Amino acid sequence: MPNYAWPQENDRTLIGTRVTRVDAPVKVSGQAKYTYDTHRPGMLYGKVLRCPYAHAKIVSIDISAAEKMPGVNAVQIVQGPGSMIHWEGDEIVAVAAIDEPTAEDAIRAIQVKYAPLEHLVSDAEPPKNSAQGQGPLSADDIDDMLDNQVPSQQMVSQIKQYGLTEKIDEDTLKQLKADGATDDVLNAIQAATVHPEAAQRPKSNYQKAAVQTIGDPDQGFKDSEFVSEGLYGVPVITHCCLETHGSISEWTDESHLFTHISTQNVSGIPGQMAEPLKLPATNIRVHQDNIGGGFGSKFAPDRWGIFTAQISKKAGGKPVRIMLERDAELKVAGARPSAFARVKVGAKKDGTILAWQSESWGTGGPGGGGMPPIPYVFSVPNQRKEHTAIRNNIGPARAWRAPNHPQAAVLTMCALDDLAAAVNMDPLDFFSRNLDLTKPRQEIYREEFAIASDLMDWKNKWHPRRQSSPGEIVRGVGLSIHTWGGRGHASDCDLTIHPDGSVDLKMGSQDLGTGTRTCILIVAADTLGIPINAIHLLIGDTNYPPSGGSGGSTTIGGVTSSTRRAAVDARDALFAKVAPALRAQPEELECVNGNVRVRGDSTRSLSWKEACSKLGAMPQTVRGKNPDRDKPPDLTNSGVGGVQMAEVEVDTDTGIVKVKKMVAVQDCGLVVNVKTAESQVYGALIMGISYSLFEEKVMDPTTGRMLNANMEFYRLAGFNDIPELVVRMMTGKGYDERGVIGLGEPPVISPGAAISNAVANAIGVRVPFLPLTPDRVLAALQPKAGA
Amino acid sequence: MPDWDPTRKNPEEKPDDSGVSRRDFLRISGITAAIPLVAKPKLVMAAGEQIPVHGPGKVAMQFNVNGKTYKADLEPRVTLLDALRDQFEITGAKRVCDRGECGACTVLMDGKTVYACSVLAIEAQGKSIVTVESLMHDGALHPIQQAFVENDASQCGFCTPGFVVACKAMLDRNPNPTPEDIRHGLSGNLCRCGTYDGIRKAIAQVAQKGA
Repeated sequence: MPNYAWPQENDRTLIGTRVTRVDAPVKVSGQAKYTYDTHRPGMLYGKVLRCPYAHAKIVSIDISAAEKMPGVNAVQIVQGPGSMIHWEGDEIVAVAAIDEPTAEDAIRAIQVKYAPLEHLVSDAEPPKNSAQGQGPLSADDIDDMLDNQVPSQQMVSQIKQYGLTEKIDEDTLKQLKADGATDDVLNAIQAATVHPEAAQRPKSNYQKAAVQTIGDPDQGFKDSEFVSEGLYGVPVITHCCLETHGSISEWTDESHLFTHISTQNVSGIPGQMAEPLKLPATNIRVHQDNIGGGFGSKFAPDRWGIFTAQISKKAGGKPVRIMLERDAELKVAGARPSAFARVKVGAKKDGTILAWQSESWGTGGPGGGGMPPIPYVFSVPNQRKEHTAIRNNIGPARAWRAPNHPQAAVLTMCALDDLAAAVNMDPLDFFSRNLDLTKPRQEIYREEFAIASDLMDWKNKWHPRRQSSPGEIVRGVGLSIHTWGGRGHASDCDLTIHPDGSVDLKMGSQDLGTGTRTCILIVAADTLGIPINAIHLLIGDTNYPPSGGSGGSTTIGGVTSSTRRAAVDARDALFAKVAPALRAQPEELECVNGNVRVRGDSTRSLSWKEACSKLGAMPQTVRGKNPDRDKPPDLTNSGVGGVQMAEVEVDTDTGIVKVKKMVAVQDCGLVVNVKTAESQVYGALIMGISYSLFEEKVMDPTTGRMLNANMEFYRLAGFNDIPELVVRMMTGKGYDERGVIGLGEPPVISPGAAISNAVANAIGVRVPFLPLTPDRVLAALQPKAGA
Repeated sequence: MPDWDPTRKNPEEKPDDSGVSRRDFLRISGITAAIPLVAKPKLVMAAGEQIPVHGPGKVAMQFNVNGKTYKADLEPRVTLLDALRDQFEITGAKRVCDRGECGACTVLMDGKTVYACSVLAIEAQGKSIVTVESLMHDGALHPIQQAFVENDASQCGFCTPGFVVACKAMLDRNPNPTPEDIRHGLSGNLCRCGTYDGIRKAIAQVAQKGA
């Protein structure tokens, strides 16, 4: 059996080192082509008419003037009269024209009459007694739960408890499976009782889930010597990918579609387009060289991907480009669900946490949304939890880097930080004391706490909370911990060694800017003993073997595992052909520094090129797969721990918060490329500062519209907002042997809680909700006056 | 722009008598869509001067981009960014916010950084436009580009060309910027992946070397 295991530290030439991103030169020189940059011969430009109302029924649409306009090739009604619109910016009509100005004119020439309906865009605390108990679930409800990463057992128990509103057909089951439903969930669906009458019942905006209880919360609070109660929350934010969503579609003949699409999921797109386009998935080719950000919002072709293909067909198959405008991107292309909670926590005076109680609520738009995984990381022995999902008209939610975890971290770590203050303990000691509740990772957290507190100089910087005097500029520190799965996804690749010594590797994956290309090449080059630039890597096309979507930190484990297996098999097959020439057995050979040689005998050696010439006339291709039970060991793993600390400065006069320093200590198993891994963490800290201080999707209750659908008022952190950042990756013994684990999500989870805790430490009171804007800080500093 | 709103019922009201009216333009180009139709500017008196007024139809324009001449017939409302990207397929400058907020479309116009999304193409004529594509010299990266590569200052890379141009312009003006100069010089560019730390290191590297 070939040895697929990751090489030991001494045998690694590239894995675990600092390798410069291979696609950096094309990116810094403007040569990297993104979907938005793609020009196809005869390409038409599409624009979309969007609904100005948050909730409305379409009464009539008149496209005749637009259709007659010169330069307009096709007009397509996306949602016709009678359709119900549930959020502002939803697509009504699409136009394809010779250029953008013409398409814009055509959009203005379309007349749509709407009957506006009452809307709700607030996610404020549900009024008392407004919440409807959870009833039977629809397929959409189940899909929402999957989107919100509700644990499988919880889904099963809810399906058993409430039943379904409809019998779920085979196709939908397949879809749910594709969306991540486990076999347990699928079995529960098939066994569930169906209550068709429930589908007719009007849905309340507020849906209360059943109370969840663990242990004996009443006794837990009775035994607690200190109890802290507080209000915490995180608003809806958007993905704000710099490259907006969109695609360029063309029909190469009547039954073949070629689409360039900005996607995190190249291999998964045809399967999602096939049904709506009534086309076999095999007739759909998808291509993408580079993507300008996804962060969880670009797994599907989306409605606009489908109508781009349809309008192209209407325009005689000509390529049509529809990329979302910035305002549309912020309104309709994805939002992170909000989460708020009133939390009560109790501990003994030595800091041992005993009890947790939470009434939480939040919105994921029309779908409502689930409860974040609270209490987060710490399995508090006694818990009572209630959650109300708010269905409203703010537009649909999408997975946002580490779905539900940043919210859970804020609700949990801020409540525990307040409890530490109540017990009068340094939160570092308080969290450390309770690490046994973080099983199975308590030793990792302990080790990381020690490193992080050194790097932050925590013991000198932390001080007990105290009241600030007006006008004072105060400093404080805060911390948070987090976890994530990150097991590698399914991934196939083809590695070909040509008789002239050239090597290519094909994989239908994508590089979101995380360094995927570089990491694939590191593994292949390390295994074959040749330089990275001797391997030609081809990704981003459905002509290559399928590889999973890049979400949930699953890419690195998937692509490196399939690449490793392919490279080991290709190398061993080469050894078999070369061995006679070196008068050796194949298993005596090794490839190092561009040579194939007999281990321990430098006189019997061939250059890589000479060795490959022994292959004969035909190139040799092998397929690598992940997972692959026939080719053990498992090369990827799940479950990481990370610790973050923040130091802030708060001007109590203006309420302005400045982050002064952040420390992130992170494990992710075997680190393939330390350089790009660190960049992931730096980026996550910066993204974290951004959502902690600035980001919020602001909705106007009167008009139901998003008020800040641009990049001036939907503020991202800028150069000016970035403090000293310290990143430490945990590597070596205890980490490397666990295999490769994903890193995209974990480090973006803790910044909100760590920064909020640092502000509480600085000013002596809790600012309940992110973002920590000056008005919120000043409000928290005001002595309570009636309101 | 009510003057040439195509949905208007009565375009005859438009006070346009020397060029081609919008309505004529639409009618003519409908028949001869393949032939670019270009109107001459109309001269109007304003503040005692004769001012050429272009449009609403397409206008023949000429640009100097990266030292080369480019010609196109464009409506006056087309931005420099869209002209570069859609007409000339020079796509290094990106369209992100399309309203002068994020800096992803930063180019140099007569040596100064501008947001190409906020400059009309017609106004960029006769000026020297430099985009990120021309910063390489004889196939070698410009020192700031090389420093971006070495310090891993790009992730998805969509903001990177704008940052590279902004950094180059800042360092040309001030080869040894203070941290405050850097914050000021780059305050007009935004990144979503969070590459600021790498960019900061890249600038420090070039500033030390004295680019």
